[in-house]
Amino acid sequence: MTACYFGEGAVAEGAFHESLNLAELWQLPVLFCCENNFYAMGTAIAVEQSQTDMTAKAASYRIPALAVDGMDVLACHNAAREAVYHVRNGGGPFFLEFRTYRFRPHSMFDPELYRSKDEVEHWKERDPIRTFTDRCLGDGALADDDIAAIRRCAEEELAAAVAYAEAGTWEPVEDLDRDVMAPATAEALQ
Amino acid sequence: MSKTTYRTAVHDSIRDAMLADSRTVLMGEDVGAYGGTYAASKGLLKEFGPDRVRDTPLSELGFVGVGIGAALGGLRPIVEVMTVNFSLLALDQIVTTAAALRHMSGGQFSVPLVVRMATGAGRQLAAQHSHSLEGWYAHIPGIKVVAPATVADAYGMLPTALADPDPVIIFEHVQLYNTSSDTDSLTPTDIDRAAVRRAGKDVTVITYGGCLPKALDAADELSLAGIDCEVVDLRVLRPLDDETMITSVGKTHRVVVVDEAWHTGSLAGEISARIVENAFYDLDAPIIRVCSEEVPIPYPRHLEEAALPQKDKIVAAVKSLFGQFS
Repeated sequence: MTACYFGEGAVAEGAFHESLNLAELWQLPVLFCCENNFYAMGTAIAVEQSQTDMTAKAASYRIPALAVDGMDVLACHNAAREAVYHVRNGGGPFFLEFRTYRFRPHSMFDPELYRSKDEVEHWKERDPIRTFTDRCLGDGALADDDIAAIRRCAEEELAAAVAYAEAGTWEPVEDLDRDVMAPATAEALQ
Repeated sequence: MSKTTYRTAVHDSIRDAMLADSRTVLMGEDVGAYGGTYAASKGLLKEFGPDRVRDTPLSELGFVGVGIGAALGGLRPIVEVMTVNFSLLALDQIVTTAAALRHMSGGQFSVPLVVRMATGAGRQLAAQHSHSLEGWYAHIPGIKVVAPATVADAYGMLPTALADPDPVIIFEHVQLYNTSSDTDSLTPTDIDRAAVRRAGKDVTVITYGGCLPKALDAADELSLAGIDCEVVDLRVLRPLDDETMITSVGKTHRVVVVDEAWHTGSLAGEISARIVENAFYDLDAPIIRVCSEEVPIPYPRHLEEAALPQKDKIVAAVKSLFGQFS
């Protein structure tokens, strides 16, 4: 099966509608995953979507769909499990809308003029990593030591990746036109 | 020896490709039940079934994208976009996805996709159905672009295109489908080289696609005026076969490029630049381009004829190189 990720902004593109129509018509094993964080870069969803319920759009193509609390790790996991089972077992396409939020600016150049700091702080109270951690501690599934070990592991992995990248070399300029065409073609054109 | 039409050659080539390789599938608007807008896929739905011959919705972007996905997944799809006019809806998929995936992935992805499109004017289909945009596609690194102008190439280029690991766009000029020629047997051809369709010594006439018959007709008429034309059929628009063009110019020293695209920004301009770059000192006269007038192609027959390259314009262009203005 194929899992296809996109934001709610991309839903406005004709490509989205064509893709869902084709997937349902031809019963293609595609899991459509919409990460709805309510802003397409700096454009709020109500400004650019006449229908802000993404699952309703999937339903209009007769594709089964679930809206999921994207800030809840377990809810996401459960919904994905159901969707993947459906797609993998010949059920045709499935559509998941993960309702979530972006805490940071879209990019380094984004001055965030389009939303209030209060709104951001309000959503931060539902930080999925923090809430899931609290739940695991509260349920006794994990202890403080486990949390610390997980955090340390992640930091080490990141540090190692950064070190590897920084120790690497730039691709030679001589390789600029490598892989434009298949090697046999490139050779023939020499 | 029997006469085969260009249309039949296209049809038989698709059929033979599908018989030879179960990975080959055909999809596009009206390729199945309708038999193809130009009847190029008549009977194929019945023979190969709806899994391998798929009628698509009017979703050029969508189904070209599906073709790319299918190619990535191991199939050898032929996506038919009804005409180059509609292909503009799929430009993002062809230019920004298919053409770029190999390079962007460092060679990890290969897109062995074939896109066939009808192109050109001359049937009074007016402004929105008469474009010649081969030159736009020939501009893009990462794909190959071919324009079969003969029955032999109409058959032969497709299997070679299907075997190519990169995307290949095949342009079939609408005025060529009804043309025919005697053919012994039809076999795969190369998609690397231009072809000298008529050898001559006085002037090189470079053309492609639907303008080839007009160029050859002009050459016949010019021979009566004592001018011996060498007619070069480009066949492949990307990558262009510089060697064949330059060799010809070295022999004749005069060039007329015939291109149905609009004059400004035409592929003919690119060809002119290459000849100047590579054969400047072989030229005895400036290069002349015979292209379409810069108007949206009109509907009335007489205006459409006036807009497009015609035999008479080609003859006049060649004669002007010899100081003959009639």
